[in-house]
Amino acid sequence: MASEVMLMNEIESTAARLGIDLDNFDYSSVKLPPGEYCGIVSDDEDVYHDDQLEFDSGFGNIIVVDNLPVVPREKFEKLEGVIRKIYSQIGVIKEDGLWMPVDPETKKTLGYCFIEYNTPQEAELAKEKTNGYKLDRAHIFAVSMFDDFDKYMRVPDEWAPPEIKPYTPGENLQKWLTDEKARDQFVIRAGTDTEVLWNDARQSKTELVYKRAYWTESFVQWSPLGTYLATVHRQGAAVWGGANTFNRLMRYAHPQVKLIDFSPGEKYLVTYSSHEPSNPRDANRVVINIFDVRTGKVMRDFKGSADEFAIGGTGGVAGVSWPVFRWGGGKEDKYFAKLGKNMISVYETETFSLIDKKSLKVENVVDFSWSPTDPIIALFVPELGGGNQPARVSLVQIPSKEELRQKNLFSVSDCKMYWQSNGDYLAVKADRYTKTKKSTYTGFELFRIKERDIPIEVLELDNKNDKIIAFAWEPKGHRFAVIHGDNPRPDVSFYSMRTAHNTGRVSKLTTLKGKQANALFWSPGGRFIVLAGLKGFNGQLEFFNVDELETMATAEHFMATDIEWDPTGRYVATSVTSVHEMENGFNVWSFNGKLLYRILKDHFFQFLWRPRPPSFLTPEKEEEIARNLKKYSKKYEAEDQDVSMLLSEQDREKRRMLKEEWDKWVSEWRRAHEEEKLERQKLRDGEASDEEEEYEAKEVEVEEVLDVSEEVLSYHEE
Amino acid sequence: MRPILMKGHERPLTFLKYNRDGDLLFSCAKDHTPTVWFADNGERLGTYRGHNGAVWSCDVSRDSTRLITGSADQTAKLWNVQTGTQLFTFNFDSPARSVDFAIGDKLAVITTDPFMELTSAIHVKRITRDATEQTGESVLVIKGPQGRINRAIWGPLNSTIISAGEDAVIRIWDSETGKLLREADKESGHKKPITSLAKSADGSHFLTGSLDKSAKLWDVRTLTLIKTYVTERPVNAVALSPLLDHVVLGGGQDASAVTTTDHRAGKFEAKFYDKILQEEIGGVKGHFGPINALAFNPDGKSFSSGGEDGYVRLHHFDPDYFNIKI
Repeated sequence: MASEVMLMNEIESTAARLGIDLDNFDYSSVKLPPGEYCGIVSDDEDVYHDDQLEFDSGFGNIIVVDNLPVVPREKFEKLEGVIRKIYSQIGVIKEDGLWMPVDPETKKTLGYCFIEYNTPQEAELAKEKTNGYKLDRAHIFAVSMFDDFDKYMRVPDEWAPPEIKPYTPGENLQKWLTDEKARDQFVIRAGTDTEVLWNDARQSKTELVYKRAYWTESFVQWSPLGTYLATVHRQGAAVWGGANTFNRLMRYAHPQVKLIDFSPGEKYLVTYSSHEPSNPRDANRVVINIFDVRTGKVMRDFKGSADEFAIGGTGGVAGVSWPVFRWGGGKEDKYFAKLGKNMISVYETETFSLIDKKSLKVENVVDFSWSPTDPIIALFVPELGGGNQPARVSLVQIPSKEELRQKNLFSVSDCKMYWQSNGDYLAVKADRYTKTKKSTYTGFELFRIKERDIPIEVLELDNKNDKIIAFAWEPKGHRFAVIHGDNPRPDVSFYSMRTAHNTGRVSKLTTLKGKQANALFWSPGGRFIVLAGLKGFNGQLEFFNVDELETMATAEHFMATDIEWDPTGRYVATSVTSVHEMENGFNVWSFNGKLLYRILKDHFFQFLWRPRPPSFLTPEKEEEIARNLKKYSKKYEAEDQDVSMLLSEQDREKRRMLKEEWDKWVSEWRRAHEEEKLERQKLRDGEASDEEEEYEAKEVEVEEVLDVSEEVLSYHEE
Repeated sequence: MRPILMKGHERPLTFLKYNRDGDLLFSCAKDHTPTVWFADNGERLGTYRGHNGAVWSCDVSRDSTRLITGSADQTAKLWNVQTGTQLFTFNFDSPARSVDFAIGDKLAVITTDPFMELTSAIHVKRITRDATEQTGESVLVIKGPQGRINRAIWGPLNSTIISAGEDAVIRIWDSETGKLLREADKESGHKKPITSLAKSADGSHFLTGSLDKSAKLWDVRTLTLIKTYVTERPVNAVALSPLLDHVVLGGGQDASAVTTTDHRAGKFEAKFYDKILQEEIGGVKGHFGPINALAFNPDGKSFSSGGEDGYVRLHHFDPDYFNIKI
């Protein structure tokens, strides 16, 4: 969106300079000369080649209403009035936009009419709302888009068997994982350009993979395993991928799509759009489609008013908290669930219908979350009846809907649930009222999901009045970090779910006092964490090793807004996006806080590392590699050294070249300057002064007397 | 060395100029009164009173006897440097922006802004040795570029005039006929208005600063691009060291947006770059508003910067500066 705004600004300033009044300017009157695009690249030029009809006709705002009564001339106006009344409720009909043809012989209407709206959206809405409208028993409206007519006309009368296309093997969509240098990719969006780049950390630079202007209309998003890059357009979403470049693999038609979400195993894509209602008092209309990513088929769609999708949680677009459907059950994409009023609707993807054909009834449920690995839902019900009915957190197994564990919580004002990435632990942060109910304090309920009977432990901070600023589990690990205390210098504490004797008790590892941090970013591999001070702290970064409990480096990326670890935990990218006017761009750091390179880009919107699918190695094997790391690393260290030697050699060479070039230029100029010497002298009335102009650095000692004072000193003789 | 803060202007600085000997520093500001300072210790010597609008630029003759100033009051004035008296006033129908004496000080180029229906123009005036014989007649008037011309200077042997301004194009004109000789390449040239232009000490190349966050070094004869210096903020002022291969860029975010952000975000530093390698060497902090003017002392051992904050900061380099190796 921001890019459009910027463009608009530029247009406005240009218009102001040219003296054009934009308010009274008819944009549609602008016509490019035929065959000339004035350098304006279509956002999706293939579309125009593939589907000439759909986009070239430009009749998207016209609908055809069939099955109207056939009336003689006398009743023509009356019928027209009725139709106009029905259809102007939905949107504004263009002037002369209603046309009902008449049979020239009988002077009777032909039983259909054309209606032209101002926008295709209105037309689409009208089609949806009035198709099947019963004017009376004999006349049920059949409404279709004018654009679709050609399509219907071209349906052949006789059925022909579909052609069986020969099998062509697809590209290896995961080829990027086989990079020889084991580099990672990322996508950036700046200005109108979207670029996919390699992070070539060894040479402290990036290498371009693919670049495209106007690739997306609002944002891009990687699928969770990194196979696809999704783009968002007016007509719908698209996914891109390929072995060496990015080709469009599939399109998902969903007009005016606003948000998208992949299932964790990237089998399904959920798209969302909301449309302004015709009556401003109504809530927005929401359309959600679930597509199969590979076939592009709509598996299920949901339509309704925004209110139905806006239960529990705020934020997102127009009160709908995104994602509406939360995916659970690990990487198999088996279940997805939606929060409803007094219920959680859990669907399964085999049939795309509710499990047992009914939702999970939970009175007053306000929040739920899936375990990242198992089909377990954790849900939260707040306190009711002024404390008579305590708040509760419970764990529900899917699909059996059996309650695994429940915990009642007293005087709770709010609750947040945090799952550890392996689904081993669940931390519930509960804000409780003090006895006077005037203030709140925070405690944690820690669930050990994988242990028998799911034991729960209560953890309170040393100073339980501390405000919790951030909480984060170590990925795949047993530790978590908490930022607590008051701004401007809160404390950061680390806890472990294990103690030295492995008794299954939580223990504190350390507390770092007075840190300028308000966000936590664990390395995906665990062990390392970046304590970041975003927003008010202007981008303070501290790279911390939790194994050794020591700070590896402190740094600053001034005004940084976003931080993301690469999927391997080797590098960290910090970026300043266009929320700030200045300093836009990104930095790439090593895991231990060494700045590798810095790239500035105006109007910088997005930085996203391409995710990697999980490793096929067993945890035991991984551990073995970690133990014998020295053996493996030798080879890479040697390579690193070679590269750095080569680089410094190249650097020296480049500098030498630049110097030589400059010297050559200067000497050439000197010659010309010398030739003109006499003429210059003449211009100055014979004052020979060229030599004087060459200043030399000479050392001149200047002594200045600052102050002179006389003092009488007594002289003693010993 | 600690910089010397020179507070004498009440409004943002617009231009700074050393005389040839490097002992005097002339400063122009939006407060109508150009001021002259001792370039060594920053002591104020005097002011030139008479303008009735912001003063945009000035130039001093080679023998340091005469000063020319261009002002928003639609005049350019000649002054006696020593006494501060007005010698002559050139009247225009629109604000005068840039002034520059030719080699030999017998000609001056003055640019005027677009105003009402008038387009911007470059005027060449003959400067007489005896001020009583001075007339306001133009030898040559060049019109053509769109928008304001922010700077116009003389090329080698006074045979050309180099202009740059809001339309982001650098042009070289024949100073005899007024014919357009060269135009900077659109591809390699600036993308946004050019704010400043400074000639090297030997006049072989010049540096332009632009709001597109870059400065570019050009060959004065062929108008070929030699170097580009990329920075993080709009460039308002540029200067070239006469002694070492260094260039200085000053600027900062737009004054209207300054109050909304942290002072560090504004980037009000004067940034030093290696002229040949195009790499940043260092920065000099201090101003709390964008830098509008920069000038090097002709001996290359000190420089001064003038800011939107109304201060002139005079910096004498430490000995370390002369031994920078990169």
